[in-house]
This record gives sequence, structure tokens and C-alpha cells, in this order.
Amino acid sequence: MEPLAIYQRLKERFGDRVLEISDSKLDPFCVVDPAAIVEVATALRDDPETAMDCLSNQSGVDYKDRIEVVYHFFSYRLRHGAVLKVKLPRDNPSVHTLEHVWKSANWMEREIFDLLGVTFEGHSDLRRILMPEDWPGYPLRKDFVEPLEYHGISTVRESPIIRLDTRKK
Amino acid sequence: MSLLNTLPDYVLTTKTDELLNWMRKSSIWYMLFGLACCAIELMHTGGPRADIDRFGASPRASARQSDLMIVAGTLTLKMALRTRLLYDQMPEPRYVISMGSCASCGGLFQLAYSVCDGVDKIVPVDVYVPGCPPRPEALTEGLLKLQEKIMTERWLTRSNHANGQVTAA
Repeated sequence: MEPLAIYQRLKERFGDRVLEISDSKLDPFCVVDPAAIVEVATALRDDPETAMDCLSNQSGVDYKDRIEVVYHFFSYRLRHGAVLKVKLPRDNPSVHTLEHVWKSANWMEREIFDLLGVTFEGHSDLRRILMPEDWPGYPLRKDFVEPLEYHGISTVRESPIIRLDTRKK
Repeated sequence: MSLLNTLPDYVLTTKTDELLNWMRKSSIWYMLFGLACCAIELMHTGGPRADIDRFGASPRASARQSDLMIVAGTLTLKMALRTRLLYDQMPEPRYVISMGSCASCGGLFQLAYSVCDGVDKIVPVDVYVPGCPPRPEALTEGLLKLQEKIMTERWLTRSNHANGQVTAA
């Protein structure tokens, strides 16, 4: 099934909870109401016409006015894929977890929580996965300010090239 | 010289410091501390082609049994705290080789939020080996430089040193 046909099928089934279907020919995607993401994802998995048996990637994007969580599904049985997006507010972004639909969502959601600060409701183990537990803030946010030191370790290193430049002047 | 001339052929004479240093430099046990791609070259250096075993250097799995820590790879801030802990566990006299650009100054990842730009911010470094990653020959050269450094140490008059601790060059 082509991705656009899959999105049309979702649109017929879920109506206005499927918000927008992109018209791009390259990598088309579909934006879904955040409140309906679990239902839509479960439908994609259980519908024999789509049979998405793999959540191959889940990631987050920080835009100026919103944070998007992007889901890449793939069906090994039918050899087709689909991309869903949910748009969340930048203040306190939160969406329900897909951990109970595909177990692979567990670590990917922890990564999005770690780097972008998206809270996944119902997640069994929502801890930071890459950064230290006591790290301040979410480093992939556009407004993240790098701390000048971490546990007494300075995070700035003088560049020898800049030093040579000032010497020349 | 008259006394030396009276000694039989099988008696060798040397200085105590040189004997101690010669023994120590001929059995530098290095800790397995591969952090990133430099670890591949580190393994290669210990392998049959470069074979630093012929200089008496053999890998140890425990910090408590090692003389030398070869920091091979990108040091993240999360790992930096553990690195300091491992260094503190090593018995004195202890040495550190900073292998590759990343360990020396952060390298390609110097401006990244999660990377400690230089292992010399955490522990004193004896020899820096540049390269990205350094070839096994370069690391072998670093080990030979460290051996030269060990040969210059004075152990009978070690009050000249602060508690016998070798400080960074």
C-alpha cells in the first residue's frame, strides 16, 4: 500500500482526529491529534491491510512554536511504511506512550524525553537514557543554554587558533 | 675504575634508580579503557602486528592492577566522572596517555554539549598522542616516550617529588 493510501484509510476511519495529510510526493506524512495517537497506532498495527509490525523510528523535532514527535512505522509482512506526526505545545509537551503497542518505543521515548523534554504518559520507566541524571535542561531544545561547568569540569576550552589571531593583532 | 676492573665478567653494575626504572618501564600494564573508535586502534596496537607486548605492556581489565591508563576515545561528561574514579583507584605511580584528538581536546566534538573537551581537565596527562585515530605506530611511539619519561625518575631521592606522584608534563 502506498503511504498516501494508508493515510486516506486512516482519514476514513478516524475522521477529524486525523488532522492533515501532506501532499508532498517525497516522504509524505500525516498529522494526528495527540489524544488519538494510541488508537491510530493500534489500528495501523492490527488492520490486516496495513499490518505495521515495527515501529522503526521515533524521534522529536523542536520548532519555534511547537514540538513534534515523529513516528516511522514499517510492515515487514507487506513491505510498506508510514509516517505519523503529532504536534505538541512547547510548554510542557506531553503525549501518551506507545510502549504498550510496540515495545521498541520504550527507549526511543526515553531518548526524546532526555533530549527534548517530552513527557510520555503511561511510560513504565521514564528516565534519562543518554545524559547524566543530574543534567540541567534538555539539550536539543533550541533555547538550551550549555552550562559553563559540570561537577567542576569546565565545558569551555580556549582555542589555540583564536589565541594566535589575537596575538597577530 | 680500579674496583670495577676487579669484578668478574658476570657482575653487572648499575644505579639503583636506573634498575628500578628499567624494571618498571619494562612492565607497563595498561588499563583497557576504550571509549570510541580509538579503541579499535588500541586493540590493534596490542595485537600481533604492532605488538606492544614486546615492550612489556600488557592489557589489564582492572584499574587496581594497572600502571597506565590509555584514554582512547571521546570522553563525555558523564564518563568523565567515572574516569576520575578509575584514576583514583589506580595504584601509584600511575600514568595517563591521552590517545587521539578527542581525548586531548575534544576533537571533532569539542563544541558538543555532552563532551568533556580534554581528559587533562580530569586527570594529569603524561603523553598526548595526536591523530584521529592515531595509528598503532603512533601509540607505540607514545608508549616509548612514556618509557623515556619513566627512566628520568628518581626514587631514592623522591622527596624531590611531591609524594612520589608524577605530575603532568
